Amino acid sequence: MHNITVKVCMGTGGIAAGGDEVLAAFNREIAAAGIAASVGKKCSAHQVGCRGLCAKDVLVDVIINDSKVTYIHVKPEMVSRIVKEHIIENIPVAEFVAGDDYHNFHNKQFKVVLSDCGSIDPEDIESYIAVGGYTAAQKVLGSMSPEETTDLIKKSGLRGRGGAGFPTGTKWEIASKQTSEKKFLICNADEGDPGAFMDRSVIEGNPHAVIEGMIIGAYAIGADKGYVYIRAEYPLAVERLKKALDDARGRNFLGKSIMGSGFNFDILVKLGAGAFVCGEETALIASIEGQRGMPRAKPPFPVYQGLWGKPTVINNVETLANVPYIVRKGPEWFASFGTEKSKGTKVFALTGKIKNSGLIEVPMGIPLRQIIYDIGGGIEGDRRFKAVQTGGPSGGCIPADLLDTAVDFESLAKVGSIVGSGGMVVLDETDCMVNIAKFFLEFTRGESCGKCVPCRIGTKRLLEILERITKGEGRPGDIALLEDMSVDIKMASLCGLGQTAPNPVLSTIKYFRHEYEAHINDKKCPAGVCRDLLTYQVISEACKGCGACLRACPAKAITGDKKQPHVIDPSVCIRCGACFDVCKFKAVKKE
Amino acid sequence: MAGLAAIFGSGAMTNSIREIEGMEVIFIIGSNTKETHPVIANRMIKAYRKGAKIIVADPRKVPMTKFSELFLKMRPGSDVALLNGMARVIVKEGLENKEFISDKTEGYEEWKKAIEEYTPEYVSKLTGIPKDDMIAAARLYGKSRRAGIFYTMGITQHACGTDNVRAVANLATLTGNIGRESTGVNPLRGQNNVQGASDAACLPNVYPGYQRVDQDEVREKFEKAWGVSLSPQCGVTATEMMNAARAGSIKAMYIMGENPVFTDPHMHHTVEALEKLDFLVVQDIFMTETARLADVVLPASCAPEKDGTFSNTERRVQRVRKAVNPPGEARDDLSVIIDLSRRLGYDMGFTTPSEVLEEFGRVWPALSGIDYHRIAKYGLQWPCTSKDHPGTEYLYKDGFPKGKVPFVPVSFRPPVEIADAQYPFVLTTGRNLYQYHSGSMTRRVKQIESHAGDAYVEINPEDAARLKISDHGLVRVRSRRGSVDIKARITTRVSEGVVFIPMHYHEAAANVLTNDALDPVVKIPEFKACAVSVEAV
Amino acid sequence: MAKIKIDGIDTTVAEGMTVLEAARNIGVRIPALCQHPKLTPFGGCRLCLVEIKGFPRPVTSCTTPVSDGMEIVTTSPTIERLRRTVLELILSDHPNDCMICEQAGACTLQELAYEYGLRENRFAGERRVYEKKDGNPFIERDLEKCILCGRCVKVCDEVQGVEAIDFGYRGFDSKIVTSFEDDLNCEFCGQCVSVCPTGALTGKQWAKHGRQMGVKETDSICSYCGTGCTITYHVKNNDIVRVTSKEDTLNEGWLCVKGRFGYKFVSSPDRLKHPLIKKDGEFREATWDEALDLIADRLKKIKREDGPDAIAGLSSARCTNEENYAFQKFIRAAVGTNNVDHCARL
Repeated sequence: MHNITVKVCMGTGGIAAGGDEVLAAFNREIAAAGIAASVGKKCSAHQVGCRGLCAKDVLVDVIINDSKVTYIHVKPEMVSRIVKEHIIENIPVAEFVAGDDYHNFHNKQFKVVLSDCGSIDPEDIESYIAVGGYTAAQKVLGSMSPEETTDLIKKSGLRGRGGAGFPTGTKWEIASKQTSEKKFLICNADEGDPGAFMDRSVIEGNPHAVIEGMIIGAYAIGADKGYVYIRAEYPLAVERLKKALDDARGRNFLGKSIMGSGFNFDILVKLGAGAFVCGEETALIASIEGQRGMPRAKPPFPVYQGLWGKPTVINNVETLANVPYIVRKGPEWFASFGTEKSKGTKVFALTGKIKNSGLIEVPMGIPLRQIIYDIGGGIEGDRRFKAVQTGGPSGGCIPADLLDTAVDFESLAKVGSIVGSGGMVVLDETDCMVNIAKFFLEFTRGESCGKCVPCRIGTKRLLEILERITKGEGRPGDIALLEDMSVDIKMASLCGLGQTAPNPVLSTIKYFRHEYEAHINDKKCPAGVCRDLLTYQVISEACKGCGACLRACPAKAITGDKKQPHVIDPSVCIRCGACFDVCKFKAVKKE
Repeated sequence: MAGLAAIFGSGAMTNSIREIEGMEVIFIIGSNTKETHPVIANRMIKAYRKGAKIIVADPRKVPMTKFSELFLKMRPGSDVALLNGMARVIVKEGLENKEFISDKTEGYEEWKKAIEEYTPEYVSKLTGIPKDDMIAAARLYGKSRRAGIFYTMGITQHACGTDNVRAVANLATLTGNIGRESTGVNPLRGQNNVQGASDAACLPNVYPGYQRVDQDEVREKFEKAWGVSLSPQCGVTATEMMNAARAGSIKAMYIMGENPVFTDPHMHHTVEALEKLDFLVVQDIFMTETARLADVVLPASCAPEKDGTFSNTERRVQRVRKAVNPPGEARDDLSVIIDLSRRLGYDMGFTTPSEVLEEFGRVWPALSGIDYHRIAKYGLQWPCTSKDHPGTEYLYKDGFPKGKVPFVPVSFRPPVEIADAQYPFVLTTGRNLYQYHSGSMTRRVKQIESHAGDAYVEINPEDAARLKISDHGLVRVRSRRGSVDIKARITTRVSEGVVFIPMHYHEAAANVLTNDALDPVVKIPEFKACAVSVEAV
Repeated sequence: MAKIKIDGIDTTVAEGMTVLEAARNIGVRIPALCQHPKLTPFGGCRLCLVEIKGFPRPVTSCTTPVSDGMEIVTTSPTIERLRRTVLELILSDHPNDCMICEQAGACTLQELAYEYGLRENRFAGERRVYEKKDGNPFIERDLEKCILCGRCVKVCDEVQGVEAIDFGYRGFDSKIVTSFEDDLNCEFCGQCVSVCPTGALTGKQWAKHGRQMGVKETDSICSYCGTGCTITYHVKNNDIVRVTSKEDTLNEGWLCVKGRFGYKFVSSPDRLKHPLIKKDGEFREATWDEALDLIADRLKKIKREDGPDAIAGLSSARCTNEENYAFQKFIRAAVGTNNVDHCARL
């Protein structure tokens, strides 16, 4: 009996899958077995942050003398067996152990930001310190000038991970050169893209890395006050962040004369009220100031006039979390990953019709195909891949023939999409691209702040046209109108929201024009998604007359005698698809 | 305004409205600027947006306090105590403007002794203002060399009004905050042409341009100009006219555009006086309370119905133009006066408004540069002494007409009537945002009436609770002179022990209650403080 | 100072000035709806977009400060296309009722639609529909006509310091709201009405009294407090139908509730229309000659019997300089006493 560590995934995903109960069960079983008493401090079971593959939660690592075994889909009732067989008898419970797909998912990744997520206890500052935490801040504050710090980040080639990809070192440099008695550093944790949870996972899994990054950034630019602007919908992240801030203050990593350096800095947490647009930096500033979260025109940029009119640097969570690792391992190390213009790694939230959906970190420049097939394990149900939508609602759809596109700022822009904050939604043959465009427009139209005309009214009109196309009311000329409007809205809108909102429309028209044409000209939805365009028919030859469809039809649109082919009356049919789903003989045809 | 004229040389605003924008500190005392001069308040807000610090001293938490760095909520009538107290802090902390005092003033040492007793503790006791707030205000004003003071009737409508003005002037003189751009003392005029009516000498002791009637060479100049011999005797003031009418020594009055029954204090006295007259002429646009008492009523015209000029609170002579014809047979006041004068056997010597202004300029050099042509677009501020003179934005740039500015020691005197057991409240009066003066104009605007048509008395929640008065409930307010029934408005705008009634409502006229005790120098009645009782009805 | 080039014209302007101001300075017109010279820039209407050399996309000239060496193009096929699209979008959500709108003829949006010849609309779709329900007596708020330029919100805060209104809701559903969407309850200065570029905010008392045709404008001075704001009377059929104030006045176009909405007393039926002489306690109408002769006779008699000092005159701070001058001259020269005063003290 030696060193025993049990790590239970307790990010939001892990807790939702029952991580709490699993951890409690381990503690209970270990105590009952008397292991803790016999092994003492060398035995512990603790929570860790998300390690990415939420689809297989609750994930549990059992580490005995550096030999790690990972269990998937752990339920409390499985715990006693794991304790008995694995911990006591040292025979892993083979039927619960993660398989190849779990390891493939991880092995193809390269982790910087997430390197300690899922391994350390996010609520224990000692756990972060034990893996080298706060040594970067100590080094910077103790032995480097602000200029040297900025230079170091510049040399690393780090670019903002929030979407625009502005070089972080340059931003810091501009801010550091502003003469102002007051400057601010804001961490933007208002992650609002649908399906994105990169920032949340980082804060839940390793909040101290973000804090340490902020200390270094604040020192570089000369700010004595920082804010973390975080969504109120992230209660666990907020709780862990606040605890981490308290612990950091307790260790004098924050506050007056941090670690005796003479540098003062502290961080306030500001909760966002759920407006997507508050992720835009000027709207975020307005929100902190107590104003309605509406963006304002730039220039002047926040680095010149930001919060309360003072020079303000706004960095994304992931950007800041990179900083301590860059300082610790050197800018050359960081710059050795990625492409010429896009250095380092990027975290993505891989979702949609993919087998291994979850959080991944990959070096910049990796081909899309590797992400989807090697890490993601391919398409669910082995259907045909159709497109991948990157960059959240502002991004574009990339079709199958561009799957070898490299994932970096420049390459994705070239094919009409963006890296964005790191959303990646995989679409397959059962997805209608017009409907996908409509989905994203519904989101941006609802989240437009209403300040500028092209976004406020333009997104509404785009959506109206997409709606009529999916209803079979599309008109000749609609595609051209959509394209014209999209171009104008992009060019005329005030902030990033409006400037990118038409991207899903433009990129789906670019790569899937035939689907639009089918909707408008033939009144057909090739993917069989747009309900108003579907027709359901019984194939007489295949119908056995079992009556299952007749019973399932809520509209009483199906008639037919027993053992005789049934018939669907299209004027009564509401196209719900119940007959299609219920037919065992594939006798219902959907077009 | 005589108080200010005696010290600096003129009773007018020393700065112009535009200059407010450039002020560093704005000290507002006894002026509810946001409601009585809303557009001047806009300038103050503009200054505030540029970083100006605002101090408000008032018995009520007036709307301007939203923008104030310091709000000094004072007892009605304790202005002298506050101002002397602030002056003492400035002296004690060495914030006075030594250069200005030695070069431009006189009487400093004696005055300094006179303020010695106004220690912060003593002032706090008299004014009810926390000591530290008063000291902070003194420091803020005293450290600034680009500060403006603004006041209105809250300073002047007291039996000690002249002393109040002197105390204001002392504070400005002590810091040298006078005679420069965006720096000065500024009484805000309550009515559109108070400045002009004074300049034109509808005043018993001066000819146009403040030239004294009791000086022979002045009288001779006017006798020559007007071709008639003139009385060497000073006349009587409006309030004295009423007393003289009651006493029978004045037998006839001609009242043009005024409603003294309503606007004078102690209304019953005024009615009695006017009823006693042998002959009363009232020239007005409405059948006012005063017109009802007249023997002859002449229908006049209002501002949009005539040509002429108004002089605003910053001494700016501006062009008034006729936009509509008067109703019925109503005529403009000027033609009526000219006509009547002819019937009395005297030819005025002018027929059009522009001719009147030309004559005005001939007898008063300060206006001689102004004519209708020059003020077609923007008015000009007097003094404007020649046709190429650009007008004068702020006064005393080149020194003071009387040479040195005197420090005039003034001591705190409580209001003539103070609260006692029988009349335990102090009543203060004033205007609100929507109504104007006696209401003869605004109360005939349906929209204003529907929004602000009810008279009310403001009373503190503590007092209301004690007296079982409910919000909007009817109360009776009594003074030694009369009583009114009026709706209560419960608000922390007023402190405990203070009630406020706006002057506009004839159905609950504040001036039934107010005291006609006069300031001994300028004869302004004490509208701003009298003792009353309040009870639920 | 910054040396810049606008549409090929070289000019030098002060640093800190916006591109829009610089263009207007040299007479280059750039259309705008949300920009107002007395308010901080908003940048919402997007009509004032211009191209600046080196900038990746068109920028709003109202928000962009000039900098040395800037080369600005205020009109180009792209810029005009964007302006047209923006206007068309605004109009796609605006009632087409110019024929009954109070602001027709004085409406900036109408003017721009005319200029761009917008009759058809590519974007016709759902329009916002609101119930008009604000019961305040002064200001009509027709939010369907609101283009959300934000001028009213800014003027209420920046100039008036009241903050009675703000943006509410999001995106297409955005609207200008009072707290809790109650009736507007503010100082009713009407500053918002004066800066509204459309018919969304108008004076309730203006309704159906007269728009542009046949209205005569006369500049004069407000007859309420001593501030002396310059106002403009809009007159139709010898009736004041509106009071406004121009931006280039000393009061910068700002007025208060009395100055802007307190003009109806002029046409009050209570106005005195005839001279009246009291006989046995009753007034009867008289001619001017009758009345003035009576006054002259009585004053002469009292002067003769009791001396001129038995007569006194009270003038008014409401009357003009000329009237006051004539009045005191009348009392002093024609009557012969210095018993003359006015209400300055009260």
